[in-house]
Amino acid sequence: MNKERIGKIQELIYELSVKDLMKKKVISVPPDMSMYKLREVLRDNRISGVPVVDKGRIVGIISIEDFINWLSKKGNGSCIKDWMTKDVVTVYEDETLIQAISLFEQKGYGRFPVVERKEKKLVGILTKGVIIESLLHEIEVDYHEEEIRHYRASHFFEDIIADSVTIGLIYHVKGGDVFNGGTVASNVKMSLKRLGVKPDIYRRVSIAVYEAEMNLIFYTKGGEISIYIKPDSICINAQDNGPGIPDVKAALQPGFSTAPDWVRELGFGAGIGLNNIQRCSDKMIIDSMVGRGTILGITIYMDV
Amino acid sequence: MKLLEIIDKLNLEVVTGKNYLDRSITHGYASDLLSDVIANAESNDIWVTLQGHPNIVAVASMKELGGIIIVNGRKPEKETIEKAEKERIPILLSSLPSFEIVGRLWDLGISGSPKDAKKI
Repeated sequence: MNKERIGKIQELIYELSVKDLMKKKVISVPPDMSMYKLREVLRDNRISGVPVVDKGRIVGIISIEDFINWLSKKGNGSCIKDWMTKDVVTVYEDETLIQAISLFEQKGYGRFPVVERKEKKLVGILTKGVIIESLLHEIEVDYHEEEIRHYRASHFFEDIIADSVTIGLIYHVKGGDVFNGGTVASNVKMSLKRLGVKPDIYRRVSIAVYEAEMNLIFYTKGGEISIYIKPDSICINAQDNGPGIPDVKAALQPGFSTAPDWVRELGFGAGIGLNNIQRCSDKMIIDSMVGRGTILGITIYMDV
Repeated sequence: MKLLEIIDKLNLEVVTGKNYLDRSITHGYASDLLSDVIANAESNDIWVTLQGHPNIVAVASMKELGGIIIVNGRKPEKETIEKAEKERIPILLSSLPSFEIVGRLWDLGISGSPKDAKKI
Protein backbone atom coordinates (compact mmCIF):
# COMPACT_ATOMS: atom_id res chain seq x y z
CA MET A 1 0.00 0.00 0.00
CA ASN A 2 2.72 2.39 1.04
CA LYS A 3 4.81 1.49 -1.95
CA GLU A 4 1.89 2.17 -4.28
CA ARG A 5 1.36 5.64 -2.82
CA ILE A 6 4.94 6.66 -3.42
CA GLY A 7 4.61 5.35 -6.96
CA LYS A 8 1.50 7.44 -7.45
CA ILE A 9 3.26 10.62 -6.39
CA GLN A 10 6.12 9.96 -8.77
CA GLU A 11 3.62 9.32 -11.52
CA LEU A 12 1.90 12.63 -10.74
CA ILE A 13 5.17 14.54 -10.70
CA TYR A 14 5.96 13.33 -14.20
CA GLU A 15 2.41 13.57 -15.51
CA LEU A 16 1.18 16.89 -14.20
CA SER A 17 2.18 20.07 -15.93
CA VAL A 18 2.78 23.38 -14.24
CA LYS A 19 -0.52 24.56 -15.68
CA ASP A 20 -2.42 21.90 -13.71
CA LEU A 21 -0.92 22.98 -10.42
CA MET A 22 -0.19 26.69 -10.53
CA LYS A 23 -2.27 29.23 -8.70
CA LYS A 24 -4.11 31.07 -11.44
CA LYS A 25 -5.19 34.05 -9.41
CA VAL A 26 -1.92 35.89 -9.25
CA ILE A 27 -1.51 39.01 -7.21
CA SER A 28 0.90 41.37 -8.95
CA VAL A 29 2.07 44.92 -8.47
CA PRO A 30 3.01 47.67 -10.97
CA PRO A 31 6.67 48.86 -11.06
CA ASP A 32 5.81 52.41 -10.05
CA MET A 33 3.93 51.44 -6.89
CA SER A 34 5.50 52.81 -3.71
CA MET A 35 7.30 50.55 -1.24
CA TYR A 36 4.87 51.72 1.48
CA LYS A 37 2.00 50.38 -0.55
CA LEU A 38 3.86 47.08 -1.14
CA ARG A 39 3.83 46.42 2.59
CA GLU A 40 0.03 46.53 2.55
CA VAL A 41 -0.21 44.23 -0.46
CA LEU A 42 2.04 41.62 1.16
CA ARG A 43 0.30 41.90 4.53
CA ASP A 44 -3.27 41.87 3.25
CA ASN A 45 -2.67 38.82 1.05
CA ARG A 46 -0.39 37.09 3.53
CA ILE A 47 2.28 36.50 0.95
CA SER A 48 6.04 36.96 1.12
CA GLY A 49 6.72 38.04 -2.44
CA VAL A 50 4.94 39.20 -5.57
CA PRO A 51 5.72 39.54 -9.29
CA VAL A 52 6.03 43.04 -10.73
CA VAL A 53 4.03 43.35 -13.93
CA ASP A 54 3.99 46.08 -16.55
CA LYS A 55 1.41 45.76 -19.39
CA GLY A 56 0.99 42.04 -18.81
CA ARG A 57 4.73 41.29 -18.90
CA ILE A 58 6.85 40.45 -15.91
CA VAL A 59 9.53 43.03 -15.29
CA GLY A 60 10.67 41.91 -11.86
CA ILE A 61 9.85 40.23 -8.61
CA ILE A 62 9.84 41.74 -5.15
CA SER A 63 9.83 40.01 -1.78
CA ILE A 64 9.86 40.76 1.95
CA GLU A 65 13.63 40.50 1.80
CA ASP A 66 13.80 43.44 -0.63
CA PHE A 67 11.42 45.32 1.59
CA ILE A 68 13.68 44.83 4.63
CA ASN A 69 16.66 45.97 2.57
CA TRP A 70 14.80 49.13 1.66
CA LEU A 71 13.90 49.74 5.32
CA SER A 72 17.47 49.29 6.54
CA LYS A 73 19.19 51.26 3.79
CA LYS A 74 16.57 53.97 3.35
CA GLY A 75 17.82 54.49 -0.18
CA ASN A 76 16.76 57.22 -2.54
CA GLY A 77 14.05 55.60 -4.57
CA SER A 78 10.88 54.52 -2.90
CA CYS A 79 9.30 52.84 -5.90
CA ILE A 80 9.14 49.08 -6.31
CA LYS A 81 11.15 49.26 -9.54
CA ASP A 82 14.16 50.61 -7.61
CA TRP A 83 14.31 47.61 -5.28
CA MET A 84 12.90 44.66 -7.19
CA THR A 85 14.96 41.77 -8.56
CA LYS A 86 15.00 42.35 -12.30
CA ASP A 87 16.44 39.03 -13.36
CA VAL A 88 13.32 36.90 -12.89
CA VAL A 89 13.40 33.14 -13.33
CA THR A 90 10.09 32.00 -14.79
CA VAL A 91 8.64 28.64 -15.75
CA TYR A 92 6.48 27.84 -18.75
CA GLU A 93 2.97 26.62 -18.12
CA ASP A 94 3.52 23.49 -20.25
CA GLU A 95 6.58 22.30 -18.35
CA THR A 96 6.19 19.23 -16.19
CA LEU A 97 6.13 19.39 -12.43
CA ILE A 98 9.43 17.51 -12.22
CA GLN A 99 11.14 20.29 -14.21
CA ALA A 100 9.72 22.92 -11.86
CA ILE A 101 10.74 20.99 -8.75
CA SER A 102 14.34 20.77 -9.95
CA LEU A 103 14.28 24.55 -10.48
CA PHE A 104 13.29 25.05 -6.85
CA GLU A 105 16.26 22.94 -5.86
CA GLN A 106 18.69 24.65 -8.24
CA LYS A 107 17.78 28.27 -7.60
CA GLY A 108 16.58 28.19 -4.04
CA TYR A 109 13.86 30.76 -4.73
CA GLY A 110 10.53 30.56 -3.00
CA ARG A 111 8.33 31.28 -6.00
CA PHE A 112 8.35 31.14 -9.77
CA PRO A 113 5.99 33.19 -11.95
CA VAL A 114 4.41 31.03 -14.67
CA VAL A 115 4.29 32.43 -18.22
CA GLU A 116 2.78 31.09 -21.41
CA ARG A 117 5.26 30.20 -24.13
CA LYS A 118 4.09 32.42 -27.00
CA GLU A 119 3.72 35.90 -25.60
CA LYS A 120 5.46 35.34 -22.27
CA LYS A 121 2.45 36.74 -20.43
CA LEU A 122 2.00 36.02 -16.74
CA VAL A 123 -0.64 33.33 -16.25
CA GLY A 124 0.02 31.98 -12.75
CA ILE A 125 2.43 31.47 -9.92
CA LEU A 126 4.09 28.39 -8.47
CA THR A 127 5.26 28.15 -4.87
CA LYS A 128 6.20 25.12 -2.82
CA GLY A 129 2.99 25.60 -0.84
CA VAL A 130 0.93 25.54 -4.06
CA ILE A 131 2.66 22.35 -5.20
CA ILE A 132 2.06 20.54 -1.92
CA GLU A 133 -1.56 21.66 -1.83
CA SER A 134 -2.26 20.52 -5.41
CA LEU A 135 -0.46 17.20 -4.98
CA LEU A 136 -2.47 16.44 -1.88
CA HIS A 137 -5.62 17.34 -3.77
CA GLU A 138 -4.73 15.07 -6.72
CA ILE A 139 -3.97 12.19 -4.38
CA GLU A 140 -7.21 12.72 -2.52
CA VAL A 141 -9.21 12.68 -5.76
CA ASP A 142 -7.42 9.51 -6.77
CA TYR A 143 -7.94 7.92 -3.40
CA HIS A 144 -11.59 8.88 -3.45
CA GLU A 145 -12.08 7.24 -6.86
CA GLU A 146 -10.28 4.17 -5.61
CA GLU A 147 -12.55 4.05 -2.58
CA ILE A 148 -15.69 4.34 -4.73
CA ARG A 149 -14.43 1.63 -7.07
CA HIS A 150 -13.60 -0.59 -4.17
CA TYR A 151 -16.98 0.09 -2.61
CA ARG A 152 -18.88 -0.65 -5.80
CA ALA A 153 -16.98 -3.80 -6.58
CA SER A 154 -16.97 -5.29 -3.13
CA HIS A 155 -20.64 -4.51 -2.55
CA PHE A 156 -21.65 -6.00 -5.82
CA PHE A 157 -20.44 -9.30 -4.51
CA GLU A 158 -21.51 -8.76 -0.89
CA ASP A 159 -25.06 -7.56 -1.50
CA ILE A 160 -26.03 -10.75 -3.25
CA ILE A 161 -26.86 -13.58 -0.91
CA ALA A 162 -25.30 -16.80 -2.08
CA ASP A 163 -22.51 -19.12 -1.08
CA SER A 164 -20.52 -17.83 -4.00
CA VAL A 165 -21.20 -15.20 -6.68
CA THR A 166 -20.14 -15.23 -10.32
CA ILE A 167 -20.91 -12.47 -12.82
CA GLY A 168 -21.26 -13.61 -16.41
CA LEU A 169 -20.83 -11.40 -19.48
CA ILE A 170 -21.73 -12.79 -22.89
CA TYR A 171 -20.58 -11.29 -26.20
CA HIS A 172 -21.40 -12.40 -29.75
CA VAL A 173 -18.70 -12.16 -32.40
CA LYS A 174 -19.54 -12.10 -36.11
CA GLY A 175 -17.20 -14.05 -38.37
CA GLY A 176 -15.38 -11.86 -40.92
CA ASP A 177 -16.34 -8.62 -39.18
CA VAL A 178 -12.80 -7.24 -39.19
CA PHE A 179 -13.83 -3.61 -38.82
CA ASN A 180 -15.32 -4.26 -35.41
CA GLY A 181 -12.38 -6.34 -34.25
CA GLY A 182 -11.43 -5.36 -30.72
CA THR A 183 -14.88 -4.15 -29.71
CA VAL A 184 -15.46 -7.05 -27.33
CA ALA A 185 -12.02 -6.67 -25.76
CA SER A 186 -12.60 -2.97 -25.25
CA ASN A 187 -16.05 -3.54 -23.73
CA VAL A 188 -14.71 -6.23 -21.41
CA LYS A 189 -11.92 -3.94 -20.29
CA MET A 190 -14.38 -1.14 -19.54
CA SER A 191 -16.68 -3.46 -17.59
CA LEU A 192 -13.85 -4.92 -15.51
CA LYS A 193 -12.61 -1.42 -14.74
CA ARG A 194 -16.07 -0.49 -13.50
CA LEU A 195 -16.20 -3.59 -11.35
CA GLY A 196 -13.01 -2.48 -9.66
CA VAL A 197 -10.71 -5.12 -11.11
CA LYS A 198 -7.03 -4.17 -10.83
CA PRO A 199 -5.28 -2.71 -13.93
CA ASP A 200 -2.78 -5.57 -14.17
CA ILE A 201 -5.63 -8.09 -14.31
CA TYR A 202 -7.93 -6.26 -16.72
CA ARG A 203 -5.03 -5.64 -19.07
CA ARG A 204 -4.23 -9.34 -19.21
CA VAL A 205 -7.89 -10.24 -19.68
CA SER A 206 -8.35 -7.72 -22.49
CA ILE A 207 -5.29 -8.99 -24.39
CA ALA A 208 -6.53 -12.59 -24.13
CA VAL A 209 -10.03 -11.57 -25.20
CA TYR A 210 -8.67 -9.51 -28.11
CA GLU A 211 -6.69 -12.40 -29.56
CA ALA A 212 -9.60 -14.82 -29.06
CA GLU A 213 -11.96 -12.31 -30.66
CA MET A 214 -9.72 -11.86 -33.71
CA ASN A 215 -9.44 -15.65 -34.08
CA LEU A 216 -13.23 -15.94 -34.16
CA ILE A 217 -13.42 -13.15 -36.74
CA PHE A 218 -10.70 -14.48 -39.06
CA TYR A 219 -11.13 -18.23 -38.88
CA THR A 220 -14.75 -19.02 -37.96
CA LYS A 221 -18.27 -18.08 -38.99
CA GLY A 222 -18.60 -16.44 -35.64
CA GLY A 223 -18.97 -17.45 -32.05
CA GLU A 224 -19.47 -16.42 -28.50
CA ILE A 225 -17.12 -15.07 -25.87
CA SER A 226 -18.22 -15.39 -22.26
CA ILE A 227 -16.45 -13.94 -19.26
CA TYR A 228 -17.12 -15.27 -15.76
CA ILE A 229 -15.96 -13.00 -12.99
CA LYS A 230 -15.53 -14.59 -9.58
CA PRO A 231 -14.09 -12.97 -6.50
CA ASP A 232 -10.79 -14.81 -6.98
CA SER A 233 -10.54 -15.42 -10.72
CA ILE A 234 -11.77 -14.54 -14.20
CA CYS A 235 -12.60 -17.30 -16.67
CA ILE A 236 -12.86 -16.57 -20.38
CA ASN A 237 -14.54 -18.96 -22.82
CA ALA A 238 -14.41 -18.53 -26.57
CA GLN A 239 -16.64 -20.93 -28.49
CA ASP A 240 -17.40 -21.44 -32.14
CA ASN A 241 -19.07 -23.98 -34.39
CA GLY A 242 -16.25 -24.71 -36.74
CA PRO A 243 -14.19 -25.40 -38.68
CA GLY A 244 -12.08 -26.65 -35.76
CA ILE A 245 -8.31 -27.00 -35.42
CA PRO A 246 -6.88 -30.23 -36.94
CA ASP A 247 -3.65 -30.16 -34.91
CA VAL A 248 -3.89 -28.17 -31.68
CA LYS A 249 -0.26 -28.89 -30.74
CA ALA A 250 0.97 -27.42 -34.02
CA ALA A 251 -1.32 -24.41 -33.65
CA LEU A 252 0.35 -23.61 -30.35
CA GLN A 253 3.82 -23.45 -31.93
CA PRO A 254 4.98 -19.84 -32.20
CA GLY A 255 4.91 -18.80 -35.84
CA PHE A 256 2.50 -21.54 -36.95
CA SER A 257 -0.28 -20.01 -38.99
CA THR A 258 -2.90 -21.03 -41.50
CA ALA A 259 -3.88 -17.42 -42.17
CA PRO A 260 -4.82 -16.52 -45.75
CA ASP A 261 -3.06 -13.61 -47.46
CA TRP A 262 -5.78 -11.05 -46.74
CA VAL A 263 -5.41 -11.69 -43.00
CA ARG A 264 -1.63 -11.37 -43.17
CA GLU A 265 -1.88 -8.12 -45.11
CA LEU A 266 -3.80 -6.63 -42.20
CA GLY A 267 -0.87 -7.41 -39.91
CA PHE A 268 -2.40 -10.52 -38.37
CA GLY A 269 -1.81 -14.21 -38.86
CA ALA A 270 1.80 -14.30 -37.72
CA GLY A 271 1.11 -17.28 -35.50
CA ILE A 272 1.61 -15.51 -32.18
CA GLY A 273 -1.98 -14.90 -31.13
CA LEU A 274 -2.37 -18.08 -29.09
CA ASN A 275 1.06 -17.52 -27.54
CA ASN A 276 -0.02 -14.06 -26.50
CA ILE A 277 -3.06 -15.59 -24.82
CA GLN A 278 -0.89 -18.18 -23.10
CA ARG A 279 1.42 -15.48 -21.81
CA CYS A 280 -1.37 -13.53 -20.12
CA SER A 281 -3.28 -16.46 -18.71
CA ASP A 282 -2.66 -18.70 -15.74
CA LYS A 283 -4.40 -21.63 -17.42
CA MET A 284 -5.36 -22.21 -21.03
CA ILE A 285 -7.21 -25.17 -22.50
CA ILE A 286 -8.12 -25.76 -26.14
CA ASP A 287 -10.65 -28.39 -27.05
CA SER A 288 -11.26 -28.72 -30.74
CA MET A 289 -12.92 -31.11 -33.13
CA VAL A 290 -12.69 -30.69 -36.88
CA GLY A 291 -16.11 -29.96 -38.32
CA ARG A 292 -17.64 -29.34 -34.90
CA GLY A 293 -15.85 -26.38 -33.44
CA THR A 294 -13.41 -25.13 -30.86
CA ILE A 295 -13.66 -24.20 -27.21
CA LEU A 296 -10.90 -22.05 -25.79
CA GLY A 297 -10.86 -21.77 -22.00
CA ILE A 298 -8.67 -19.23 -20.21
CA THR A 299 -8.32 -18.62 -16.48
CA ILE A 300 -6.68 -15.61 -14.91
CA TYR A 301 -6.37 -15.49 -11.11
CA MET A 302 -6.77 -12.27 -9.21
CA ASP A 303 -4.04 -12.22 -6.65
CA VAL A 304 -6.03 -11.36 -3.55
CA MET B 1 9.15 14.94 -25.07
CA LYS B 2 5.69 16.24 -25.85
CA LEU B 3 3.94 14.68 -28.84
CA LEU B 4 3.49 18.22 -30.19
CA GLU B 5 7.25 18.71 -30.39
CA ILE B 6 7.71 15.39 -32.16
CA ILE B 7 5.07 16.39 -34.72
CA ASP B 8 6.83 19.69 -35.24
CA LYS B 9 10.34 18.23 -35.56
CA LEU B 10 9.38 15.32 -37.84
CA ASN B 11 6.92 17.39 -39.85
CA LEU B 12 4.05 14.95 -39.28
CA GLU B 13 0.51 15.48 -40.48
CA VAL B 14 -2.04 15.27 -37.67
CA VAL B 15 -5.12 13.30 -38.71
CA THR B 16 -6.82 12.61 -35.37
CA GLY B 17 -6.52 13.45 -31.69
CA LYS B 18 -5.78 17.16 -32.13
CA ASN B 19 -6.75 17.76 -28.52
CA TYR B 20 -4.53 15.05 -27.12
CA LEU B 21 -1.12 16.11 -28.34
CA ASP B 22 -0.02 17.39 -24.98
CA ARG B 23 1.05 13.93 -23.78
CA SER B 24 4.65 13.11 -23.04
CA ILE B 25 6.39 10.39 -25.05
CA THR B 26 9.62 8.74 -23.95
CA HIS B 27 9.62 5.40 -25.74
CA GLY B 28 8.38 3.83 -28.94
CA TYR B 29 7.72 0.60 -30.78
CA ALA B 30 7.81 -0.21 -34.48
CA SER B 31 5.96 -3.17 -36.00
CA ASP B 32 3.32 -3.97 -38.58
CA LEU B 33 2.20 -7.13 -36.85
CA LEU B 34 -0.64 -6.38 -34.51
CA SER B 35 -0.15 -9.35 -32.22
CA ASP B 36 3.50 -8.41 -31.90
CA VAL B 37 2.52 -4.91 -30.82
CA ILE B 38 0.04 -6.36 -28.34
CA ALA B 39 2.75 -8.58 -26.91
CA ASN B 40 5.62 -6.12 -26.81
CA ALA B 41 4.59 -2.46 -26.92
CA GLU B 42 4.21 -0.63 -23.64
CA SER B 43 1.71 1.98 -22.56
CA ASN B 44 2.44 5.55 -23.72
CA ASP B 45 4.70 4.26 -26.52
CA ILE B 46 4.58 5.97 -29.88
CA TRP B 47 3.84 3.25 -32.44
CA VAL B 48 5.35 3.34 -35.94
CA THR B 49 3.52 1.22 -38.53
CA LEU B 50 2.36 1.17 -42.11
CA GLN B 51 -0.98 -0.43 -41.28
CA GLY B 52 -3.92 1.93 -41.62
CA HIS B 53 -6.97 -0.23 -41.01
CA PRO B 54 -9.32 0.25 -38.03
CA ASN B 55 -7.78 -2.53 -35.94
CA ILE B 56 -4.71 -0.41 -35.21
CA VAL B 57 -6.97 1.81 -33.12
CA ALA B 58 -8.25 -1.16 -31.11
CA VAL B 59 -4.66 -2.24 -30.44
CA ALA B 60 -3.51 1.28 -29.53
CA SER B 61 -6.47 1.77 -27.24
CA MET B 62 -6.06 -1.60 -25.53
CA LYS B 63 -2.34 -1.08 -24.95
CA GLU B 64 -2.94 2.58 -24.02
CA LEU B 65 -0.35 3.75 -26.54
CA GLY B 66 0.57 7.43 -26.84
CA GLY B 67 -0.04 7.71 -30.56
CA ILE B 68 0.37 6.10 -33.99
CA ILE B 69 2.66 7.24 -36.80
CA ILE B 70 1.59 5.78 -40.16
CA VAL B 71 4.58 5.77 -42.49
CA ASN B 72 5.40 5.67 -46.19
CA GLY B 73 2.71 8.15 -47.14
CA ARG B 74 -0.06 5.66 -46.43
CA LYS B 75 -3.44 7.05 -45.48
CA PRO B 76 -5.65 5.54 -42.77
CA GLU B 77 -9.08 4.29 -43.76
CA LYS B 78 -12.16 6.39 -42.98
CA GLU B 79 -13.28 3.97 -40.27
CA THR B 80 -9.84 4.17 -38.68
CA ILE B 81 -10.14 7.93 -38.38
CA GLU B 82 -13.63 7.74 -36.89
CA LYS B 83 -12.58 5.14 -34.36
CA ALA B 84 -9.40 6.98 -33.41
CA GLU B 85 -11.33 10.19 -32.72
CA LYS B 86 -13.70 8.24 -30.49
CA GLU B 87 -10.90 6.47 -28.65
CA ARG B 88 -8.79 9.66 -28.40
CA ILE B 89 -5.82 8.15 -30.19
CA PRO B 90 -3.62 10.60 -32.11
CA ILE B 91 -2.86 9.37 -35.65
CA LEU B 92 0.03 11.09 -37.42
CA LEU B 93 1.23 10.66 -40.99
CA SER B 94 4.64 10.78 -42.60
CA SER B 95 5.85 10.25 -46.15
CA LEU B 96 9.07 8.70 -44.78
CA PRO B 97 9.51 4.92 -44.34
CA SER B 98 9.69 3.26 -40.89
CA PHE B 99 13.49 3.12 -40.77
CA GLU B 100 13.81 6.88 -41.31
CA ILE B 101 11.12 7.74 -38.78
CA VAL B 102 12.53 5.48 -36.08
CA GLY B 103 16.02 6.90 -36.63
CA ARG B 104 14.77 10.43 -36.34
CA LEU B 105 12.75 9.60 -33.22
CA TRP B 106 15.88 8.14 -31.67
CA ASP B 107 17.74 11.37 -32.48
CA LEU B 108 15.07 13.26 -30.56
CA GLY B 109 15.66 11.07 -27.52
CA ILE B 110 12.75 8.67 -28.01
CA SER B 111 14.21 5.21 -27.45
CA GLY B 112 12.85 1.69 -27.41
CA SER B 113 11.85 -0.01 -24.18
CA PRO B 114 14.63 0.01 -21.55
CA LYS B 115 14.04 -3.70 -21.06
CA ASP B 116 14.98 -4.36 -24.68
CA ALA B 117 18.14 -2.24 -24.46
CA LYS B 118 19.43 -4.67 -21.83
CA LYS B 119 19.16 -7.66 -24.15
CA ILE B 120 22.39 -7.03 -26.06
